[in-house]
Amino acid sequence: MNQREVIIIGSGPAGLSAAGILLRAGAHVAMFERSPLIGGQLIKQTHKFFGSQKQYAKTRGYDIAKKLYRDIEAYQDHFELHLEATVVAIYPDRVISVYRQGVYQKYQAQAIIIATGASERLLSFPNNDLPGIYGAGAVQTLMNLYGVLPGKNAVMVGSGNIGLIVSYQMMQAGVNVKAVLEAAPNIGGYKVHASKLRRLGVPIMTQTTVKRAIGMTAIEAIETIRLDEKWQPIEDTETTIPIDTLCISVGLTPMHQLLSMAGAEMRYISELGGCVPHMSSAHETSIRNIFACGDVTGIEEASSAIVEGQFIGLIVSERLGYALEGYHLLKHECTTELGILRCGPFGEKIRLGQQKLKGGSSCSND
Amino acid sequence: MLKRLGYPSLEQVKSCFPQQDVLLKPKAIIECYEAIPCNPCETSCPVHAITIGQDINHRPQLDVDRCTGCGMCIHSCPGLAICVVSLKQDQAIFKIPYEFLPLPHVSDVWHGVNRAGEVIAPVKILEVRSTPIQDHTHIVTVAIDQQYLYDFITIRSPHE
Repeated sequence: MNQREVIIIGSGPAGLSAAGILLRAGAHVAMFERSPLIGGQLIKQTHKFFGSQKQYAKTRGYDIAKKLYRDIEAYQDHFELHLEATVVAIYPDRVISVYRQGVYQKYQAQAIIIATGASERLLSFPNNDLPGIYGAGAVQTLMNLYGVLPGKNAVMVGSGNIGLIVSYQMMQAGVNVKAVLEAAPNIGGYKVHASKLRRLGVPIMTQTTVKRAIGMTAIEAIETIRLDEKWQPIEDTETTIPIDTLCISVGLTPMHQLLSMAGAEMRYISELGGCVPHMSSAHETSIRNIFACGDVTGIEEASSAIVEGQFIGLIVSERLGYALEGYHLLKHECTTELGILRCGPFGEKIRLGQQKLKGGSSCSND
Repeated sequence: MLKRLGYPSLEQVKSCFPQQDVLLKPKAIIECYEAIPCNPCETSCPVHAITIGQDINHRPQLDVDRCTGCGMCIHSCPGLAICVVSLKQDQAIFKIPYEFLPLPHVSDVWHGVNRAGEVIAPVKILEVRSTPIQDHTHIVTVAIDQQYLYDFITIRSPHE
C-alpha cells in the first residue's frame, strides 16, 4: 500500500485551489486526474470569467488553469501529479484504487479531498443517439482543445450559461448556430451572454424543445415543438430545422459516485443538481477525513469552486497540524467571498439547495 | 423582453445613455441590466468612475463626469456589455468589443448591426486596437449615422 499525506481527486478549479493552499501550508499532496491534462473543464473555457479579482475575473478559463497550476508548481518536492490516472474505487478507511496505463494501484492517505466535479445531463427524445448529437462539453473539447469543428450548422438545446457560452464559441469557430432552444419561459443564463448571441443574429426560442432528431446514419435535421406554461407540447407547432450538429446543454449533475461508494451520507437535492454529500460546515463528509469541494457538492460557477477549494485546503491543513500564517483571516475571507458570490438572484438556487441539504431526505446510491 | 428574447427594449437601452450633450466627449455606456456577481469594470477603471461596491452583485453605476472614455472597461467586461460612445457632427463614434476573425481594416465599410442581430446601416472602421492587456478582445472604433445611436451595437463583415 502506498501511503500519502493528502490525496486530491480531480485537478479542476476546486482541486487545484485546495492543492495551492495545502502546499503553501507545508503538506504533501498527491493529485489524481483522469484526463491527460491538468485543469479540469477550465482548459477548454476560452471566454473571460465573471466574479471578482480574487477569483481571476476577466481572465480566460484556460489562463486561470495556468495561474492555479503556477501556484503549485513551486512546490515540486511536496507535490505529486498523476495524469491519466482514474480513481476507480474508494473505501471508508481512506484507501483508493487507481487505474493507470493498465495497472491498478492502491493508495492510503490521512485525508482525501474529492473534487471530481460534474457530468452533463442528457435529454431523451427519439433518435438522440445519432452521430452529430453532442453534449456541450464535447463540442468545447473538439473545438477549443483540438481545433476540430463539430459541424457546419448547429442548434443548441438549453439557454443556461453553458448553452449560451458554447453557442457563442461555436459562432467564433465558424459554426452557424441556427437557434438556441429553451423549454422554460425565460432564458436561463446571464442576459449579457444572451445579448452577445442575439447581436450575432442567433435567435433564442423560449418555451421550445426538441421533439425528435431526423436522420439515417447521422443527424440531418431536428423537429422542434412549442411548450405551454405547464411544459406540455402544443400540437401543430412543430418546425423542422436542417442541421448537422445538435448540442445538448440542459444542466450538470455532481459526479458523486466515489462519495457514494465510500459510504458517505448522501442527499438528493434537485437545486444542487442531484446527489450530494451531507457535510459539516468544514466540508467534511460523514466519513472522517474525507472532504469534498467544487461542483461535486452542488452545481455552481467555477468562481465558487476556486474559493471552496481554498477553504477546504485551509481546513485540511489545520487538521493535519500545519499552521498556515493568517489561517483565521484567510478562512474568514473564503466564507465572506462565497457568501457574496451566492447572495445575488443567481445564487438563489444554491442557497435554497444548501438549506435543504441541512435537512432533506437521503438518497439511494446508484 | 430581455428575459425572453435576449435583448433589451429601447427604453432599457436609453436608460444607459446620458444626455446627448454629455456625449460630445466620449463616455462609457454600460448595459448591465442584471444583478450578477461580477466587478472587473469597477476594478479596471483608472479614474474610479464605476462603482459596484462590496456586494459585487450590485449593478455598476457610472459617474459620467469622471468617465474619460478611455475604454479600459470595454475589454474588462466579461459580458461584452460596455462600449464607449461620443457624438461628432452627425456621426456617432462607437468603440466596441469584438472577438471574431477576420478583423476589419481601417477605412473598411462594414455592416452596422442592432441588438436583434439585424443589419441597420453601413459603418466606417476608424481604428482597430489589439494590445496584450485586452487579452484577445479587440476594440474597434467605428462611425455610424447619429440616428442609430440607440440601435447600433456591433459590426458584421460585408463578405459573409
